[in-house]
Amino acid sequence: MLRLAPLLIVTLLVGPILAGLVMALLPAFGYLPALGGERPSLAPWRELFVQPGLARSVAVSFASGLATTAVSLAVVLLFLASVSVSRLDRWIRRLVAPLLSLPHAAAAFGLAFLIAPSGLLARLISPELSGWQRPPDLLIVNDPWGLALMAGLVIKEIPFLLLMSLAALPQLDAERRVAMARSLGYRPMTAWLKVVVPALYPLIRLPVYAVIAYATAVVDVALILGPTLPPTLAVSILTWYQDPDLSRRFMASAGAVLQLGVTATALIAWWCLECLVARLGRQWLARGGRGQGEQPLRLAGKGLILLASLTAFVSLAGLALSSIAGFWRFPDALPQTVTAAHWLRALPTLAGPVATTALIAIGATLVALILVLAALENEQRGGRHPAQGKLLSALTLLYLPLIVPQIAFLFGLVVVMESLGTRPRLWLVIFGHLLFVLPYVFLSLSEAYRRFDPRWSQLALSLGTSRHAVFWRVRLPMLLAPLLTAGAVGLAISIGQYLPTLLLGAGRIATVTTEAVSLAAGGNRRVIGVWALVQASLPLVGFIIAVGLPRLLWSNRRGMRGSL
Amino acid sequence: MNTAHHLVLEDIHIALAGSPLLSLDAEIGPGEVLTVMGPSGSGKSTLLAYLAGFLAPAFQASGRVLLDGYDISRLPAERRGIGLLFQDSLLFPHLSVAGNLRFGVPRTVTDKAGRIEAALEQVGLSGFGSRDPATLSGGQKARVALMRLLLSEPCAVLLDEPFSKLDRPLRHDMRRLVFDRLREAGLPSLLVTHDREDAEDAGGRVIELDRSP
Repeated sequence: MLRLAPLLIVTLLVGPILAGLVMALLPAFGYLPALGGERPSLAPWRELFVQPGLARSVAVSFASGLATTAVSLAVVLLFLASVSVSRLDRWIRRLVAPLLSLPHAAAAFGLAFLIAPSGLLARLISPELSGWQRPPDLLIVNDPWGLALMAGLVIKEIPFLLLMSLAALPQLDAERRVAMARSLGYRPMTAWLKVVVPALYPLIRLPVYAVIAYATAVVDVALILGPTLPPTLAVSILTWYQDPDLSRRFMASAGAVLQLGVTATALIAWWCLECLVARLGRQWLARGGRGQGEQPLRLAGKGLILLASLTAFVSLAGLALSSIAGFWRFPDALPQTVTAAHWLRALPTLAGPVATTALIAIGATLVALILVLAALENEQRGGRHPAQGKLLSALTLLYLPLIVPQIAFLFGLVVVMESLGTRPRLWLVIFGHLLFVLPYVFLSLSEAYRRFDPRWSQLALSLGTSRHAVFWRVRLPMLLAPLLTAGAVGLAISIGQYLPTLLLGAGRIATVTTEAVSLAAGGNRRVIGVWALVQASLPLVGFIIAVGLPRLLWSNRRGMRGSL
Repeated sequence: MNTAHHLVLEDIHIALAGSPLLSLDAEIGPGEVLTVMGPSGSGKSTLLAYLAGFLAPAFQASGRVLLDGYDISRLPAERRGIGLLFQDSLLFPHLSVAGNLRFGVPRTVTDKAGRIEAALEQVGLSGFGSRDPATLSGGQKARVALMRLLLSEPCAVLLDEPFSKLDRPLRHDMRRLVFDRLREAGLPSLLVTHDREDAEDAGGRVIELDRSP
């Protein structure tokens, strides 16, 4: 059984994606017998290319992929360089972890409330500084260039890339590298950029690619912050797909294939940039500059990340404020009256989606945890070292659901499921979420599991305990804390999913996320505030349990606190 | 507990990727301690891993390990009846002191609680059963680890530099305690160390391993 786990994981991840891609490709070339497409044709493509604003949609998607990634990565690297020693690591982690669990949609709503013409920022500077007596007529949110979209994505991708870098750094012995360079006369920040980054980047390359893929094809954030006329490519595809005229599905499929191409092109462009930067970087390294005037860079490193975190936290405060605001005239920074009416009105409609969200998240996370534990336990028993060739490629496959755009294969997957006669049901949505929960649970748990001192299980075995008992009585209880953290990550990922719920549930399964995003078009800030806040707080429940439960259980066991 | 056990290491050869690492041929009688000494890299820990059943797949081993006449070299670790004592006490941090001792007691034993209390008393730790192992001193932890090993009723014992992390004044007492108990229980033991005093206190034969060629 255990031996089948890695195979099962790879099949679960790769199978649906391949099937989905094939079933996007066939209709894109006119073949979908269920809708009367019997013969291959280029008609879907012809129809696609005459859509107004298509070029602009593609351009915004492409640009937001590259710009989001470049800015997020630059902020993260500058910050790490400016801290340079791991003294502040714990502090940063504490600041960043809650931001990572914040769903994309909630962050996007928060940012929209903050920067909108009638948002918190405008109120704070009005009327004294700006002279605005009424909200200025500016298109800040949903701007045609996608700048608000990129800003929203950057706020969410910084914590992701930062945590990925922090996880990779211990392997590099960064402190000694920097110490060595400093002893040769390099300023600390220059030293970090010159001797740590070249070794760090290959380790975080896959997460970086995942960010590019995500940013080129995101739907929920684009619905909230992205341009509208025309929207980004992914949003356009979704609109065509949901058109009551079913024949538009052919064009939607062609769009999905085009999206795949746009994402692939963005990845290739990034790769070319990598080569260019590497070449320039080598010259920069070889020139031997020791670093002059580091101060501005250092300030930028700390300031930018602080700005991003503060924006996120103030955004959340703004959401909370809107959800309880009564009468709130424009230039006032605070509402004149406070009311619980919005919450009381929303409560009856909240219960159902909250329960569904929790059910799906718990289901997907439990299945993911079982599969990941089985795979890792199998690895331990086989005595294989994880860094040996074969497993490295399996690990790359884990990133597949994170690098292939959701919108490109989920439609196809729906077609596959429909042709298999599967009705949209809860388990189908859980299965869809599993595709995205599984990689993150694996990435989150594997490090702790592989680092676990093998002598504990050797000792237990030598005391006559069976391998199964060792797993249940030693490994599992001792790894409870990382296990719960991985579970909380899984819950957070599932709670934030928009597209898989919408498509695999055929719009009939309402979660907090689908409901919140569907409110975006309406623009009722009070209601959005309530829903976005609920969406943001659900993942926190998971993290509170992950932090609190071990402390409660092991309150009498000093050795179980901290270090493991 | 005083049944006499016998451990025979018959013509053992261990190789890593084809190149020979160590060879050993030895017999350990009941209550005897055989000390294996050698510099790091001589394959001491590989030998222990092989005997205990944890040899990494990269190594190739040949020979027989006879425990009371039965070849155990193909058995899984948990069925070999070989107990281990490590450098660190490795008391399970999620269990109490008594829980740690109970972990080793075979299922068939009926009066587990009585057995555990008696064991604690023997090493001067009466009433420590409910304590959190993290609150114990180094010497106390080492004594609990020893009693956990003995309660699991092994047929032979492997010692992996078990005294190297103890404070110097404590070391001599601990050695006396360990070797006396092992002798009393009639257990054949194999001690791996690079501390000559360990070997002297053990009082048995000493085999020196060379650095691998």
